[in-house]
Amino acid sequence: MADDNTSTSSTAKGYSNSPVNEALSAEEKTRLFRTMLLIRRFEERSLRAYQAKKIGGFLHLYNGQEAVAVGCCSLLGDNDHVITAYRDHGHAIAMGMDIKALMAELYGKATGCSKGKGGSMHFFDPARNFWGGHGIVGGQVPLGAGIAYALKYRGIAGACLAFMGDGAVNQGSVHETYNLAALWQLPVVFVIENNGYSMGTSQARSSAGELSKRAEGYDMDWGICGGHDIYEVRACMAKFVAQARDRSKPAIVEIDTYRYRGHSVADPDNTYRTKAEVEEYRRSKDPIQIFRNALLAEGVLDEIGATAIDAAVRAEAEAAAEFAEASPFPAVADITKDVYWEEDNPSEKQSRGRIFFG
Amino acid sequence: MPLLSYREAIRHALAEELQRDPNVVVMGEEVGQFNGAYKVTEGLLEKFGPKRIVDTPISEAGFVGLGIGASMLGIRPVIELMFWSFYAVAFDQILNNAANIRYMSGGQIHCPLVIRGPGNGGTNVGATHSHTPEAICASHPGVKVVCPATAYDAKGLLKSAIRDNDPVLFMENTLLYGEKWEVPTEEYLIPLGLADVKRPGTDLTIIAHGRAVVSSLAAAHTLEQDHGISAEVVDLRSIRPLDEETVLASVRKTHRVLLVEEGKPFCGVGAQLAFMIQEAAFDDLDAPIRRINSIDAPAIYSPPLEAQQLPDAGKIIQAAIELLR
Repeated sequence: MADDNTSTSSTAKGYSNSPVNEALSAEEKTRLFRTMLLIRRFEERSLRAYQAKKIGGFLHLYNGQEAVAVGCCSLLGDNDHVITAYRDHGHAIAMGMDIKALMAELYGKATGCSKGKGGSMHFFDPARNFWGGHGIVGGQVPLGAGIAYALKYRGIAGACLAFMGDGAVNQGSVHETYNLAALWQLPVVFVIENNGYSMGTSQARSSAGELSKRAEGYDMDWGICGGHDIYEVRACMAKFVAQARDRSKPAIVEIDTYRYRGHSVADPDNTYRTKAEVEEYRRSKDPIQIFRNALLAEGVLDEIGATAIDAAVRAEAEAAAEFAEASPFPAVADITKDVYWEEDNPSEKQSRGRIFFG
Repeated sequence: MPLLSYREAIRHALAEELQRDPNVVVMGEEVGQFNGAYKVTEGLLEKFGPKRIVDTPISEAGFVGLGIGASMLGIRPVIELMFWSFYAVAFDQILNNAANIRYMSGGQIHCPLVIRGPGNGGTNVGATHSHTPEAICASHPGVKVVCPATAYDAKGLLKSAIRDNDPVLFMENTLLYGEKWEVPTEEYLIPLGLADVKRPGTDLTIIAHGRAVVSSLAAAHTLEQDHGISAEVVDLRSIRPLDEETVLASVRKTHRVLLVEEGKPFCGVGAQLAFMIQEAAFDDLDAPIRRINSIDAPAIYSPPLEAQQLPDAGKIIQAAIELLR
């Protein structure tokens, strides 16, 4: 953990004592730490692959935000669901997706989680209740409410977490969805991951008022918490997830976080913030360092154990890259597969006529 | 066989599918308590209750997107757009999300939803409410596009659309809602992608969809009566998938083609058909393909002028006569 060695403020606020965190076993805490670290190392490895021109298009890295996805997703049960935007690697890993398939997707390989058809912004794993991975800012938010609608329609006690960035909060689709969720009391929690910048425009230059407080206009509950300490994320989110799941009550929660990398790798990151600002976050608020310190203080981990975990996830990230590298690209014939369900299931096809055109 | 209006036929299709499958949900603006802006859903709320017939706020991007999300988990929403013109407000949801999610997930997800409503001009409501988006929508792989011309077709196609596991965009016509056709009482389905020869003929093939089929049939009648011209009228019924075989079989029979559609000419459905016909049946053509579209401008309000902007039987007759010269 070469870049994570500086001391941090640790868990001074005492969120480790909240019931939802007290309930965690040492093993569960270690697993959360491992998942956060796996995200960090996966992102670092994917950046290297990008720089080596193995990956095309956009790459929106999650470095610095790990406690948000891991903290939120760790509260979910079998009937709870997640949807997010294009900075989706952390959520995918937090929901248990195999990083081999994720890395292969970045490489555009047939073994990728979307067979090389989605790319970085479009990871999906419905079997793990992870519904993407969506490229258009705010476009996934109505879908999240729809997932919640389906749960309520079926009488299933579950919730959907609809993640978005702070840049999404001014999109019409988001406000339309707030209204529908409140009007129909859907079991959805809108999670605003506020990393301070909608691409290169700071919150102060893009958004009027407090982001989650906009919930009041829709008569919805809202909350706000820090996103650097996973204990704080869990302590804050537990209530909102529970009331969505158990009482079908929607809410908006803003989680303040920070990204260390540019908006995407295409962002030179020299126009809207200072290097000193980034370094200060790394030094004092790094979510992995904070949790590591907490676990060391609690005696859950020791230095040797923490270092061993890091070595293991680094090796896992490396193995994922090797897997991606060795995997084949899709064939040209694959381009027109997975477009229509009916074409992919010819034995059940009812329609006739020509569906693809030359 | 009883006569049923186009509106009633759609309502019957909805009611039958609501009855058959508890996952079918009808949602949209004014579909419930108001009984439908065009009365298509009249009585359904009373019969099926508010869980199945859902009034939405005026919020197309919101409720269309919500329907897409619900469909990913197996709900089968049938979403009414009061006018298809409002699709533009939900364009991202329909053509980025519904059309692409299956693909971007590598086939892990499908979206069994129907978006339906009237997509036509001719009602003096100006350009914003008179769009005919079938060509634009059909140019997006991932969705299916259906444009029924009769009550019989509307019912059979809508039932198939609701059972389809892909997103189906179902485009009706307000000017047809009150028109009546024979519709059997027993259940039937019409597969998507199957054109219908609405009138056999030998001298030329008129290919149309939606209300243009009705105009074409009227024109074909006059052509036969007054000009001794035998026009075959092929109703596409479905734009994507498209019944290439029926189209080409007719072309090979008559050797002359007139394309009629309410949409605008540029990259319209006719443009695709003309390409397809010349590619597959060039040697069968005895004359260049002709087409009639709406006059290429936004839909004009002025009632007598709007009538002239749209295809009608007179224009079709004129073009057919010229084509046979």
